[in-house]
Amino acid sequence: MLKKFADYITYTLLQLAPTSHLGDALNFFIYDSLKIFLLLTTIVYVVAIIRAYFPPEKTKRILSHKREYIGNTMAALLGIVTPFCSCSAVPLFIGFVEAGVPLGVTFSFLISSPMVNEIALIMLWGLFGWKIALIYTGTGVVLAIVSGIVIGKLKMEKHVQDYVWQIKAGTGEIVETNFREKLMYARDYTAELLKRIWPYVIIGIALGGIVHGYIPTDFVVKYAGRENPFAVLVAVLIGIPLYSNAAGMIPVVQALVGKGMAMGTVLAFMMSVTAISFPEAVILKNVLKMRLIYTFFGIVAVGIIIVGYLFNVIL
Amino acid sequence: MEIKVLGPGCANCVKMEELAKTAVKELGVNAKIEKITDIGQIAMHGILSTPGLIVNGKIKHSGKPLPSLEKVKELIKGEA
Repeated sequence: MLKKFADYITYTLLQLAPTSHLGDALNFFIYDSLKIFLLLTTIVYVVAIIRAYFPPEKTKRILSHKREYIGNTMAALLGIVTPFCSCSAVPLFIGFVEAGVPLGVTFSFLISSPMVNEIALIMLWGLFGWKIALIYTGTGVVLAIVSGIVIGKLKMEKHVQDYVWQIKAGTGEIVETNFREKLMYARDYTAELLKRIWPYVIIGIALGGIVHGYIPTDFVVKYAGRENPFAVLVAVLIGIPLYSNAAGMIPVVQALVGKGMAMGTVLAFMMSVTAISFPEAVILKNVLKMRLIYTFFGIVAVGIIIVGYLFNVIL
Repeated sequence: MEIKVLGPGCANCVKMEELAKTAVKELGVNAKIEKITDIGQIAMHGILSTPGLIVNGKIKHSGKPLPSLEKVKELIKGEA
């Protein structure tokens, strides 16, 4: 139905030829915008209701004094449903560590939470189908578990800023809310999120439309296709400084895939955009010494590169 | 009454402080509003996601999205 609407606007109303670059790009733009915003609004709302049941305070309590492996697994899974914004990474980190959540388990949470977020999922689902979205979630969780275990094993507690260990945090009781308030939270959450990301989505879809209509296929296949062994590496390196604007990134990437970019490279790129970023490093500098930040970024980056190559082989 | 707004200085934290100030003024209660921006101090109060609102030592709100002005007034009135 959306397809028909997009066709109607571009080909009937504006009388553009389906074979023209402009018609093709515009049709793509209208169809994708409608689809993405419909998906975003409904799914973000549903996810926000779930999130209302998992405030960070509750997650912290669940993870407190958990052993490794089981703790890492639970942390990575809770990371999906606990609302998290990198602007709160510091108080959250201190709160977790202070409550006796092991360092490696805390990292499993810090890796999974921004990476496996509902926006990335919706965009991947909407543009690549549910299989790719599921693969992304699965590998994201595994990557968070494994990276957290490795960081835990490295015994890097002394590379956390010293003052963190001295803080005695208050208990931080949970603000209890009833179902009606949870629905209101979900509504506000959705509105706030859409308000924040809509320009990126529009720009992303517009760029995607341009790629779709104008960039030649051989060009993309040559540089981002399966045959270029460096594509994954370069995609991850480009992804690290980009700040988690998954919403704006994915439409561009989808257009590139249509032109021959390999799927493993896409997944690796998405993960590096969402999981690690320079602004996050600057924020984490408040609680971690440089050595631990490098280690954290290094482990996650290597993990993502492995994921990329793996999926380029099997997908 | 003692009100604390906790946040490192992000846009939402500034808005939270304004909300608290307006709420206090409109309610006409006698309250001291303190802004806490130090990350360590924020964590020490048990706030995990910013901005946080603490009234008389009790956490009333933490994280995004921000509560409405009506909600903030309610939260403050509950402690008055």
